[in-house]
Amino acid sequence: MATLLNNPTIRGYAFQIAFVLVLGWFVWDIIDNTARNLQKANIAAGYGFLDRTAGFGIVQKLVPYTEASSYGRALYVGLLNTLLVAGLGILFASILGFIVGVARLSPNWLVSRVATAYVEILRNIPLLLQLFFWYFAVLRAVPGMREKWTLFGVFHLNIGGLHIPKLVLGEGAWTVAAAVLIAVAIMVFLSRWGRARQNRTGRRPPIGLLNTVVLFGLPLIAFFAAGRPLYFDVPVFNETGPLLRRGFQPDAGMTIVPEFVGLLLALSLYTATYIAEVVRSGVQAVNRGQTEAAASLGLLPRQILRLVVLPQALRIIIPPLTNQYLNLTKNSSLAVAVAYPDLVSVGGTVLNQTGQAVEVVSIWMLFYLGLSFLTSAVMGYFNKRVALVER
Amino acid sequence: MNRKIASILVGAAMALTGATVAGAGTLEEVKAKGFLQCGANGGNLIGFGATDEKGEWSGIDVDFCRAMAAAIFNDPTKVKFTPLNAKERFTALQSGEVDVLSRNTTWTMSRDSSLGLQFVGVTYYDGQGFMVRKSLGVSSALELSGAKVCTQTGTTTELNLADYFRSHNMPYEVVAFEKNEEVLQAYEAGRCDAYTTDASGLYAERLKLTNPEEHMILPEIISKEPLGPAVRQGDDKWFTLAKWTLFALLNAEELGMTKANIDEKKTSDNPEIKRFLGIEGNFGEPIGLSSDWAYNVIKNVGNYGEIFDANIGPSTPLGIARGLNNLWSKGGIQYAPPIR
Repeated sequence: MATLLNNPTIRGYAFQIAFVLVLGWFVWDIIDNTARNLQKANIAAGYGFLDRTAGFGIVQKLVPYTEASSYGRALYVGLLNTLLVAGLGILFASILGFIVGVARLSPNWLVSRVATAYVEILRNIPLLLQLFFWYFAVLRAVPGMREKWTLFGVFHLNIGGLHIPKLVLGEGAWTVAAAVLIAVAIMVFLSRWGRARQNRTGRRPPIGLLNTVVLFGLPLIAFFAAGRPLYFDVPVFNETGPLLRRGFQPDAGMTIVPEFVGLLLALSLYTATYIAEVVRSGVQAVNRGQTEAAASLGLLPRQILRLVVLPQALRIIIPPLTNQYLNLTKNSSLAVAVAYPDLVSVGGTVLNQTGQAVEVVSIWMLFYLGLSFLTSAVMGYFNKRVALVER
Repeated sequence: MNRKIASILVGAAMALTGATVAGAGTLEEVKAKGFLQCGANGGNLIGFGATDEKGEWSGIDVDFCRAMAAAIFNDPTKVKFTPLNAKERFTALQSGEVDVLSRNTTWTMSRDSSLGLQFVGVTYYDGQGFMVRKSLGVSSALELSGAKVCTQTGTTTELNLADYFRSHNMPYEVVAFEKNEEVLQAYEAGRCDAYTTDASGLYAERLKLTNPEEHMILPEIISKEPLGPAVRQGDDKWFTLAKWTLFALLNAEELGMTKANIDEKKTSDNPEIKRFLGIEGNFGEPIGLSSDWAYNVIKNVGNYGEIFDANIGPSTPLGIARGLNNLWSKGGIQYAPPIR
């Protein structure tokens, strides 16, 4: 018996099992206590409200939604809006962050100082203030509802948002989509073949030209073969009629609302400053000897960055980059301040109308937790791929 | 972000501290801690719940809490205010963070039945309206087809708006902000054609615009918004106390008792006044208060009409007429059961 007690393996297991049991009991107790208290206080509980009619409107929806849709559907609309702004925010912040991060290290005095100023200013102003600044700056700078600015004849801007032609998929549009997919597959194959050939013969076939031809040619052929199934629905602008009827008509074209633009700008510009710092530290962490060795081999500065420095910097950059992506996603919940209907905003309305705070808050928490886990998993996979393989 | 954390914390508090939610005897708790915790409007709604530059609270809703404090402590200053936004308010009351919620809150069936709270009565009969620029050339809400409408999220307003436009087959677009301040800024910047909220709120918000006279409030009232204080379910004694504080304010006006003349009324022969002042009978005891509780209310904060006039009446910048909120005997619908 004493030997069993002293066995480190068994003791380890015993403590872990005990910990899990206590944790489980604690969680269960919280849930049970909440449920009982809600019942005692006569507050409705449960997720049944998700099927009830929502009855309120949402300004931006990626999937069909009307006032007659359910609360569940409304939350889904909000969820997609969060994913959209977080996804695009991550994309733009990464691009800008990489450019600025590298620019800060540029030997060019002006470029590096501009990049430094950008990072230092935007990093040190609270995001909420920046959000208000961008949103109201955007609102104040553009023409009113009954006027517009037009770019290239097809993009129109006013306070109602950016009005652009909407791509409509007609019958047979799938053939074009399929052609694009096939073209991409062919491009991947061509690139591999080209590289193999270059390795073998030292000569590089004109892959770039071939790829361009395939990428545009195939879908174009499919487009005409299927009877031109794609067309644009252009915005309609009324100049006459009653004042309220003037301006852009709601059922034509596509509108990118200023709430989205303001939020996306603020999130991207703010997070890009952190990403720039992450990139800079990653690049600086690459041993100077590597750069010098590459230079003495005769590589151009551009090639040194692309082929020698960045691959080594990436493995340092990716873990902190993941943090920034998670931050951006979570910060997107500030959306409600500028009327962008993200999950928190829509959930807030649902919460108020149903009064079921615990349920709505639990949905919020589960979604953000799930999204963060997903982001971490993807970045973890990516990290493994670029990690230094030591033999 | 703060808001989110707050609501999560409240949720966590709900989960862990069952005692406050279920505990009986709000009056005893209030007496023990020495002040009333009142949930008021954190959005600076002039005339209802607002703070001035010195941090001093004012408004009808605020004065109701002061009246309760006067009834309990004979001291209207023994009240602390918790500024709440539309989204937080019910959770704050449910979790016991505030003892009474007096924050221009609409009394509806679902709130009365499934939120674990009880509405005390109606301090202000309101209805949802629209504010537009005069230059828009619109004179009725029925001409708002196709309008972009700014509003605050987490209120009954969004629902009424949708109902109204749907039932009249008018397309519209809603832009919903978390706070009043941003709704107003966006409206002023021209993001929306119309601004909708309770009519009382529109009058208050219009004052904050750069040129209030360029904006008008449309005549249509599209909903019934009886605004009133609420307390938690399950404490009938506290509910009764809150309810009768409101009735005392109304009865005092009906009986002609004001802050100024209530001391003279002590010599009145009117038995209703005698009962009100606690000279005849003891109506304070069953609700856990002294016999002169109603006297203390009026002496300290005045009657309903005085509160109305001081905060939102015609002589204030809001300039709202009594209308529906006049006493039943004067053409309105404010009516209180008698004290006897």
